[in-house]
Amino acid sequence: MALFEPVIMKGIGEIDLTDIDVYERNGGFAGLRKALREMTPDSVTAEVTNSNLRGRGGAGFPTGRKWGFLPKDGRQRYLVVNCDEAEPGTFKDRMLLEYTPLQIIEGIVISAYAIGAKQAYIYIRGEFLNGSRIFRNALAAASSRHYLGERILDTDFSLDLVVHRGAGAYICGEETAQLESIEGKRGEPRLKPPFPAIAGLYGLPTVVNNVETLCYVKHIIERGAQWFAKIGPEKSPGPKIMSVSGHVKKPGNYEIPLGIPARELIEEYAGGLLPGRTLKAFQPGGASSAALFVEDLDVAIDFDSLGAKRTMLGSGGFVVMDDTACMVNCARTLTRFFEHESCGQCTPCREGGQWVARMVARLEAGEGSEEDLRVLDTINSTITGTNLCPLGDSIMPFLASVLKRFPEEFAAHIAHGGCPLKQTPVGAA
Amino acid sequence: MTPERLARGQELIARYPQPQSALIPFLQYCQEQDGYVTLQAMKDAGELVGVTPGEVESIASFYTLLFKERVGKHIIQVCRTLSCSLRGADELQSYIKRKLGIGHLETSADGRFYYEEVECLAACDRAPCLQHNLEFHYDVTPAAFDQLLEAWQTQPPQPAMPAE
Repeated sequence: MALFEPVIMKGIGEIDLTDIDVYERNGGFAGLRKALREMTPDSVTAEVTNSNLRGRGGAGFPTGRKWGFLPKDGRQRYLVVNCDEAEPGTFKDRMLLEYTPLQIIEGIVISAYAIGAKQAYIYIRGEFLNGSRIFRNALAAASSRHYLGERILDTDFSLDLVVHRGAGAYICGEETAQLESIEGKRGEPRLKPPFPAIAGLYGLPTVVNNVETLCYVKHIIERGAQWFAKIGPEKSPGPKIMSVSGHVKKPGNYEIPLGIPARELIEEYAGGLLPGRTLKAFQPGGASSAALFVEDLDVAIDFDSLGAKRTMLGSGGFVVMDDTACMVNCARTLTRFFEHESCGQCTPCREGGQWVARMVARLEAGEGSEEDLRVLDTINSTITGTNLCPLGDSIMPFLASVLKRFPEEFAAHIAHGGCPLKQTPVGAA
Repeated sequence: MTPERLARGQELIARYPQPQSALIPFLQYCQEQDGYVTLQAMKDAGELVGVTPGEVESIASFYTLLFKERVGKHIIQVCRTLSCSLRGADELQSYIKRKLGIGHLETSADGRFYYEEVECLAACDRAPCLQHNLEFHYDVTPAAFDQLLEAWQTQPPQPAMPAE
């Protein structure tokens, strides 16, 4: 079976795309040249809107529509580039940052031109020190060749791009928390509305886009909206990088056309399961997504098909769990994650997150009770949908899905006073 | 505040329309030099951007990569989230803790090593992974950790938390 020919991952692992000469020789900055020299900002926006590109950071909101929300009132506006990748199971933005930073810069310049931003900030996760160094070098190289800065390529468009390093906080991937963080505050999400398009960074109109999204903008401008729109399902088109990890033979980033079955991603792209193992569960869209199971292997990987299964594509963090994985252990790991990362503003997320994490830890240790299971069953409605931002809504989906599918595993932990699987997670070896 | 810090602070402020945006980058810069965010650094930061030291502390306490007390010269942060956990992170963690004789969030008595179990580092395809002074190490087995440890100990001293 022929795998999809990569678009934004093209050349990664084969040539050194951080070298600006190599990048230029391989089609680098062609999209930027076309946009700035041959297109108006409105026609760039129209192209992106017509492509039906949906944001690759997690929420899947149509990029062109997001840009269109900016008021035309003459106020300064900002582009904020979200490279705060921290959704468990997702490792695509870090790869793009380290291996193809100039493509990100090209996408940034085109997008800033479209929305009329003269100032952009890229928020790079604090842990990505190496990536931020690579990006700064790329930025210097791009500036020296006039792809950034004053009067880019002798056009009237100027753009300044500032690198802002995070300092350790998952929540700063949420767009309004990210704005707070750039403003030098605690990264606590804002109450919306107003949305960033109206009152964003420093109170001014702001667009926040993910780095993968911006990489696709470059190619949409080069090849046209129709090229992109015709890949995959109509309402959820285009290629997307899926980060596949866990119990597969070849964990890695794979650029797929949206709409392929989950089975194909696991078997054809990621090399299938480890020898002698059977599939137990998989998370299609990071820690925030509900698990799917062996009976769901034919689900199409795209925003709407996964949404119809009450889970989500999210950021594309695809985690595979085979029969050696204990679901209670997996749920404990993920509930502890959300407990740790709650910013603490909203009571249901802060307190509920702690209760849930403690109950699941208790169950895993064999000290839980039937009462814990009853509470976990009912707590969903009091945590989910009652918080300012999606973090609180992310605590329950995985846990609720495995509780429903494998209730006997939870019950067995109570009955055995611990894990009956005697799980020893083993790697590929 | 030392003239050097003031100068760096002003450079950072110049990147942004509002001075407070330089607060976290300034604390990162101070931490690189001092090994952690000292009380003096918080006072300096407040003075620099025009907020109280209490506000600086509140902000600094939000971020896990800003250390409010002295930590080891080697900061070892091992991923504990799902993908690494599925591929041996738990065993690696136990091994490192035994080897270093310290637990989660602890610094060794000689001040050399700080150990922490952290959330997903975005290197799930090379699990289990860890960071040493923010540098990634992949597919870390106990044997591989022993080799890393030896290499770190012979390295020339470097900042545990580089700012940029």
